[in-house]
Amino acid sequence: MSIVADDKIKKTPADERLKKASVATTLLRRPELGAVAGLVLVTVFFLLTANPSMFTLAGIMNFMAPAAQLGILAVGASLLMIGGEYDLSIGSMVAFAGLVFGAALVVWQVPLSVAILIAILMAVVIGVVNSQIVIKTGLPSFIVTLAFLFILRGLTLVGLKWASGGATQLRGMKEAAAGSPLTSIFSGDAFQGLFAWLASNDLIAKFPNGTPQVSGIPVEILWFIVIALLATWVLLRTRFGNWIFAVGGDERAARKSGVPVVRVKTVLFIITALCATLVAVLTVLDAGSTDARRGFQKEFEAIIAAVIGGCLLTGGYGSAIGAFLGSIVFGMVLIGLTYTSIDQDWYLVFLGGMLLVAVMFNNVIRKRVTGER
Amino acid sequence: MSSIDTPLVEVRNLTKHFGSVIALNGISMVVKPREVLCLLGDNGAGKSTLINTLAGVHQPTSGDFIVGGKSTTFYSPRDALDAGIATVYQDLAMIPLMSITRNFFMGREPMVGFGPFKRMDMKFADDVTRDEMHKIGIDIRDPQQAVGTLSGGERQCVAIARAVYFGAKVLILDEPTSALGVAQTSMVLKYVNQVRNSGLGVIFITHNVRHAFAVGNRFTVLNRGKTLGTYEKGAISIDELQNLMAGGKELQVLSDELGGTI
Ligand SMILES: Nc1ncnc2c1ncn2[C@@H]1O[C@H](COP(=O)(O)OP(=O)(O)OP(=O)(O)O)[C@@H](O)[C@H]1O
Ligand SMILES: [Mg+2]
Repeated sequence: MSIVADDKIKKTPADERLKKASVATTLLRRPELGAVAGLVLVTVFFLLTANPSMFTLAGIMNFMAPAAQLGILAVGASLLMIGGEYDLSIGSMVAFAGLVFGAALVVWQVPLSVAILIAILMAVVIGVVNSQIVIKTGLPSFIVTLAFLFILRGLTLVGLKWASGGATQLRGMKEAAAGSPLTSIFSGDAFQGLFAWLASNDLIAKFPNGTPQVSGIPVEILWFIVIALLATWVLLRTRFGNWIFAVGGDERAARKSGVPVVRVKTVLFIITALCATLVAVLTVLDAGSTDARRGFQKEFEAIIAAVIGGCLLTGGYGSAIGAFLGSIVFGMVLIGLTYTSIDQDWYLVFLGGMLLVAVMFNNVIRKRVTGER
Repeated sequence: MSSIDTPLVEVRNLTKHFGSVIALNGISMVVKPREVLCLLGDNGAGKSTLINTLAGVHQPTSGDFIVGGKSTTFYSPRDALDAGIATVYQDLAMIPLMSITRNFFMGREPMVGFGPFKRMDMKFADDVTRDEMHKIGIDIRDPQQAVGTLSGGERQCVAIARAVYFGAKVLILDEPTSALGVAQTSMVLKYVNQVRNSGLGVIFITHNVRHAFAVGNRFTVLNRGKTLGTYEKGAISIDELQNLMAGGKELQVLSDELGGTI
């Protein structure tokens, strides 16, 4: 009898039914595996086919800038997708937030800080409206936010004509925002001093007159990185992150276990609207103008980036770092083709192919994780 | 007020309608500290609906709902959990894609650190999960394994271990042993006993009259959404109870046909 008991105690730490998990299997369990593979594949492809200048500092900034604009949306979209919902209105939201922000600056002529605050408040309102309709009616978020895709795009057109006196473009934001201490956080390049120093020490490429070829890191890239890291921290290490997975995995089970489902979903819809607003502020200040086509089809690209990053269409599984990598894949392909002799219109073909492969791949991963039989 | 006889939970004339379906039609019952109340009844009698209402999943259509001597409404299961009522649901309420640990602590995550560095204490959570599962008689291979890969009985054990760990005043078990092996079933019955002896009230739903008799102090029998009656353990025999559970149908005839095996 005591022998049996001893045996039992010794057995507890290592279970004989558990094969030693190799590094490979542990990696296979990670949702972002597909995105890493995709990124490696695309990098190798362009290393072989593209002009080498693509992978200089200037070239990298070139493809990271559009990757960042898309990526900020994609990270928000990935959180929402893990939470089991979609937001198809984020592309139109970029345009609408751009209009509100721009109009605040040049029509109402408020300071930059106030204009940003107005844009944020508007994003919160839209996020709450989206989420409450989805939650109260129980309709799929796909269809509810599809309605807002059109509503917000239409409102932007109408609003632009009103704000600009008949045109579909609004100008003059750069001038209106100049001088505010917030300008450097939302536009231009960061770390210019560092880059100048690097150039003067011949560590990075410079022009004949001594100024660096790349004057700094565009702020949108920093925003992109910070938001991806923050989202990853929230997902993997916080209570709210656990709730996101729970709500997306099985809403009813989550509620029964004490997860405040309504609150989680509302916050997630607000987050996607805020991400769209951030992109609007960044791009409007960058261009100094806004127009009705801003963010066109970005909702689909953001969802594709999230799917490439390992998010399941059914919710409950995915990663923000995956969406981050998926967006970089996007930026690389979009800009990379201009460094090759390949017709740029292959971009769309590539995009669709990538999505298809990613979805099939994720399906296999899901079966592996859930042990679906 | 908090004398030993104050019921932990009491319902009077509770009704619950789902549209035109009347699932509960006037239920009264009491759960006291240090006792196991067995809820018995046929399929569709309303047992799960009743405990879902106690656990905050549904709001009652009418009737009195009294917790710790005070009239209460739970608007969500979170309210019930905060009041110390933990439930093992018939459908277990587990998320297949999430790890055992994350399921175990879902909605009750342990935290360390403060301010912006406040985070889930994964090490503590893993250790507790492994420990509690070991106590119930399951050696889990890896607490980070997804619940979807567990066997049905293992999954049920996670749900039970979770409820026992978090139940502070009342533990509700809706057919917790339906998928369990012999060893795990006796473990669960032993648990029910332990939990009762530590001062909690337990509501135990089962179709197995022997299990009910083994741990129950009182038996409330439901039939078609109504309370058929409540019986003290000494006041009813196992056969009488079995007949009541079947909604009063005479089981003897069927039993004879099958050669007296049920
Ligand atoms: N959400 C609902 N909508 C409509 N009817 C419901 C709902 N939930 C339960 N019912 C009905 O209420 C009745 C009681 O169901 P309940 O699940 O409480 O039975 P039960 O006693 O737990 O049965 P079992 O022993 O099979 O688990 C059933 O007739 C069921 O169809
Ligand atoms: Mg039931």
